[in-house]
Amino acid sequence: MKKKNFLVTFIATLLFSTFVYAKEITITGAGATFVAPLISKWSEEYKKISGNSINYASIGSSGGVKQIREKTVDFGATDAPLKGEDLEKDGMVQFPEIIGAVVPVINLEGFKPGELRIDGPTLASIFLGDITKWSDKRIVDLNTGKKLPDSEITVVTRSDGSGTTNVFTDYLSKVSPAWKEKVGTANTVNWPAKSTIGGKGNEGVAANVTRVKGSIGYVEFAYAKLNNIPHINMKNFDGKFVAPSLESFKAAAAGADWTSVPGMGISLNNQKGEKSWPITSASFILMYKNPVDKTKSNETLKFFEWAFKNGGKAAESLEYVPLPANVTDYIAKNVWSKIQK
Amino acid sequence: MADNLSQNTPSNKIKLNLRVNKVARIQYLQDFFFHKLTLFFASLVLIVLLGIIISLVISAWPTLKESGIGFFFKNEWNVVNSKFGGLSSIYGTLVTSIIALLIAVPISFGIAVFLTETCPIWLRRPLGIAIEMLAAIPSIIYGMFGLFVFAPIFGDYIQPALNSSLGQIPFIGILFSGPQNGIGVLCAGIILSFMIIPFIASVIRDVFSIVPPILKESAYGIGCTTWEVVTRIVLPYTRVGVVGGVMLGLGRALGETMAVTFVIGNAHRINASLFSPGSSIASTLANEFGEAEPGLHYASLFALGLTLFIITFAVLFAAKLMLANIDKKKGVKS
Repeated sequence: MKKKNFLVTFIATLLFSTFVYAKEITITGAGATFVAPLISKWSEEYKKISGNSINYASIGSSGGVKQIREKTVDFGATDAPLKGEDLEKDGMVQFPEIIGAVVPVINLEGFKPGELRIDGPTLASIFLGDITKWSDKRIVDLNTGKKLPDSEITVVTRSDGSGTTNVFTDYLSKVSPAWKEKVGTANTVNWPAKSTIGGKGNEGVAANVTRVKGSIGYVEFAYAKLNNIPHINMKNFDGKFVAPSLESFKAAAAGADWTSVPGMGISLNNQKGEKSWPITSASFILMYKNPVDKTKSNETLKFFEWAFKNGGKAAESLEYVPLPANVTDYIAKNVWSKIQK
Repeated sequence: MADNLSQNTPSNKIKLNLRVNKVARIQYLQDFFFHKLTLFFASLVLIVLLGIIISLVISAWPTLKESGIGFFFKNEWNVVNSKFGGLSSIYGTLVTSIIALLIAVPISFGIAVFLTETCPIWLRRPLGIAIEMLAAIPSIIYGMFGLFVFAPIFGDYIQPALNSSLGQIPFIGILFSGPQNGIGVLCAGIILSFMIIPFIASVIRDVFSIVPPILKESAYGIGCTTWEVVTRIVLPYTRVGVVGGVMLGLGRALGETMAVTFVIGNAHRINASLFSPGSSIASTLANEFGEAEPGLHYASLFALGLTLFIITFAVLFAAKLMLANIDKKKGVKS
């Protein structure tokens, strides 16, 4: 009797769940790990008001591009923007959905967050392996009045391919010709410094930096903040030293001219402005102009429309910077209009 | 019925024959299908194996065409310039596995000898179970243990000690010099040895325990020591099993991914020092597959996968050959 009851309940649940499933729509997306926490938070809130859920697979930027090209998802997400001609060829549109930042972090005795100051070329020299000791003159000159230890620098990097690495190496390429020539910009690069150790994921880098004395690495800002790893204050384009914060990221985004590059794929690294944090970047969404499944494509647009209007608070609570209103207006008017409804 | 049939009348004989035929036919069919079914299951293994090799070769083809055999000897891995050579990863794989075996084999041997020969009966079960439990721990746990617990201790205490002792010896000293931050090839090798000790130890223990007691007792009876019994009686009797256990461990060490990725340091570089970071084939694949762009990078990762396949295959082959040679010397063929 008990067994029968169980069976009935089970079947009823099954029927009910398929019934519910048929009513609501599930949007699928895939790509950058960088935005995964944000999209999951947004989709949780969005589900409450719309009933639609977003199924996001955080498989990495390249994976996201691959999936949207194979048309297996409704939207792809990538940290490194696609070029205008590639978008044209694939019949896709691209728009930024959020801004984030990368911060250099250190483990140096006696230095609290923000107490070490470094400029772009010096940072590049450290990651190139030209500067191998903390007591190097170039570092000391930027930190007058502070006592730097005579210890070796251990460089910690991401060992897995990552949009974070892409943003960071893009910045180093911009501020250092030597870096641009020897290493370049990519999701994975050949790290030249002899002391380099690689950690897997932001957590791997964070773990290594907190553990190895005299180390320097780079992580997404949220990671540095949540794990309380000492960050560096960076010299920006205007020659001012700035601390990483939502304000300095916003300042970097404010001055940017999004329309200058097709597909809005501009780099926010090394932007002008007194308060701009120099290593800032947007993350991008890819969608088809002529989608296979129009209902789902429309629902995806509705989701992002909602997120742009109401998702700002959620984004800031996770240390992301929402796009300025003029940018979201531009996206709605000039990018989404290209998608067939 | 049976009684009726057993009477030897002609009509009964025919009935019996018919019935026997029927039963025989059914049984024949059963056997036939069972045979084919098991054959199919067995050949599935072969089909999957061939399929994996073929798909690896196809996916790796662009790289193999571009750099040919040179891929295995080129020490460069540069995604930006699309220059790929597998030597640093192959080196890391082999060195970490060799370190792991050097540590794990003697320890496992000791564990097995203790458990089968000299261990008090009441301790045997708990120890045996503990070893089996170690074997069941997922490799990611070893990786986390390695990175968060072992590497700090290793870097703070063991590496300085190694550097000031072994590091001072000429020639091999260079192996134990270099950065002492806990992470690197040696650390990966040691973590790997933790992981394969339970495998090797439990296999060796199992094969040791199948040695007929009469052989051992005879040896003890004529005054052999435990050491003599182990080396002269137990080991020769269980040779195949022991080599099998070691190979099983080596196989796991060669292909181990997550634990190694956590502690090897992931640098595509060959350094004389065992303290310095390196990378293994498996760790490279784990790190870079997710974000690999289609093209040479992707193909090179597949080429590395193929290399790992070949290495594992070669190890198995060498083990079989070794065993066959030992048997030939003895004049028996197994």
